[in-house]
Amino acid sequence: MASGLHESSFTNPVVRWIDQRMPVFTMMQKEYGTFPTPRNFNYFWNFGALAMINLMIMIATGIFLAMNYTAHTSLAFDSVERIMRDVNYGWLIRYVHMNGASMFFIVVLIHVWRGMYYGSYKKPRELLWILGVVIFLLMMATAFMGYVLPWGQMSFWGATVITNLFSAIPLVGNSIVTLLWGGFSVDNPTLNRFFSLHYLLPFVITGVVFLHVAALHITGSNNPLGIEPKGPQDTLPFHPYYTIKDSVGIVVYLIVFAFLVFFTPNYLGHPDNYIPANPLSTPAHIVPEWYFLPFYAILRAVPNKLGGVLMMFGAIAVLFVLPWLDRSPVRSMRFRPIAKWLFLLWTVNFFVLMWAGGKPAEGLYVVISRLSTAYYFAYFLVILPLLGKIERPLPLPESISRAVLRGGGPLPGGAAAKPMEKA
Amino acid sequence: MAETLAPSSAPELGQTQGGGDHGPDQGTKRDFLKLVAGSFAAVGVGAIVWPFIHSMNPAKDVLALASTDVPLGHIAEGQAVTVMWRGKPVFVRHRTGAEITEAKAVPLGELRDPQPDSARVQREPWLVVLGVCTHLGCVPLGQKPTDARGDFGGWFCPCHGSHYDTSGRIRRGPAPANLTVPEYNFTSDTQIRIG
Repeated sequence: MASGLHESSFTNPVVRWIDQRMPVFTMMQKEYGTFPTPRNFNYFWNFGALAMINLMIMIATGIFLAMNYTAHTSLAFDSVERIMRDVNYGWLIRYVHMNGASMFFIVVLIHVWRGMYYGSYKKPRELLWILGVVIFLLMMATAFMGYVLPWGQMSFWGATVITNLFSAIPLVGNSIVTLLWGGFSVDNPTLNRFFSLHYLLPFVITGVVFLHVAALHITGSNNPLGIEPKGPQDTLPFHPYYTIKDSVGIVVYLIVFAFLVFFTPNYLGHPDNYIPANPLSTPAHIVPEWYFLPFYAILRAVPNKLGGVLMMFGAIAVLFVLPWLDRSPVRSMRFRPIAKWLFLLWTVNFFVLMWAGGKPAEGLYVVISRLSTAYYFAYFLVILPLLGKIERPLPLPESISRAVLRGGGPLPGGAAAKPMEKA
Repeated sequence: MAETLAPSSAPELGQTQGGGDHGPDQGTKRDFLKLVAGSFAAVGVGAIVWPFIHSMNPAKDVLALASTDVPLGHIAEGQAVTVMWRGKPVFVRHRTGAEITEAKAVPLGELRDPQPDSARVQREPWLVVLGVCTHLGCVPLGQKPTDARGDFGGWFCPCHGSHYDTSGRIRRGPAPANLTVPEYNFTSDTQIRIG
């Protein structure tokens, strides 16, 4: 073998020739073939792969939509209607893209929830978690700008309200808003730059997803028990065990996706967005897309412009420091008798915020929004730091294989003598 | 169990890999599953890919513009007009008697793309051709009286020097074929519909 060539284990001459010069086959085999993965994943561990699939669906449909979309205030709405009526299968591609955004948020919210329930953000996976929050933020920016493109009433007024959030910044707020708009109101320059950025950001997301996966493959996956694999008896090769398990999840995911697209394509949207944008008339109830509602509720719960904006962004920002707010060394909520219930309450509370965000900002709804907002932040800022000190976790299993095989598995060498991570 | 009851039925489905007693032509249950799963996957991929590919074909509004009516009444003998059809120029020339005679007189043996004039017109005075040079798609000169019409009185393509005659046939230069005659018909004596 010539020097400088990678030592390839592939026998197919073409594959081997490439692999020696650029070991992508070796890398794929290592990262997705034999990659040692905890043997006790449940179906919550499907959602990372589902998010990856969803991102690819969004980029594919988006590229084909862009072939027929016109980013101009006087043509955008009609070009979207032309996609729906005249372009071959345009209705399908648009409905997949539109509902794909909702599916993406469903998948990613479950993925994030999984990380929170099983403590996937804890050491050594803090950076992995932070990259995930970055992806979530980029997704929200992309989804918001995408919703502006059809240039309907909700597009226009959503863009107006969201960009005006930045006017809350003291001193420079109004200049920033003018900069965002490229003018003195949401208008053609705004639409043009939103289209440009809406096309760009998914590729930025792809880049951060690559980093997210790279970080994951250093620390390895967490698992429902939240204890590290102690040897080969605790893991399975990624292929075929988890390629197959992910495939089962993908089939269920596609059934839900197809149901939305073919039976209720506009259920998650707002009918007012089928009215062309009119800068002279605001719709009676303007609401963001469902996935922004919890944060919208937080915004409206605070009776102060700057305060509301800061709390809304803070609701995401707090996730960045979650690995350091949660002081408990036990990852999985299965072994945290108090945190488990308070986190499930936080989950219910998230849905309460979502519900309140879709209601008018008056009367009882405001009171509920405020209480929910208080609990949202209290969970991160008070409950988790305190529980790390006062909660007494349940005993952790000795190893993944012992727990999976109900005590019948082999004990890893020396594991019995070693104290558990924190029991 | 089923095998003992019906030993002759579908042995390839009853035996697993490495049964050892079936020939290479029988295949295993795994082969069968792979084939079925692969076929379903191929159908699925095709069903997903096709809408995307087809979305790049002309849309309904584009197809709706695929025919153009041209009134002929105002075009005097010797004059020509250019109309747009499917985003391309179409040359409509009201030929003079001399031009018609000239076009009909050419022996077919002299032509690179042999076609008699009668095969290129529906009514002799009216020549309708796509104004797109068959070489590389430039628009030939010759529609205006002041244009160069080449050595054969028809059209001359300035890009690479193709000469077309009064029947729109290629006579000299790099173009391989005559100017295309689009599908058209006379809706009345003074109007044609192209497409």
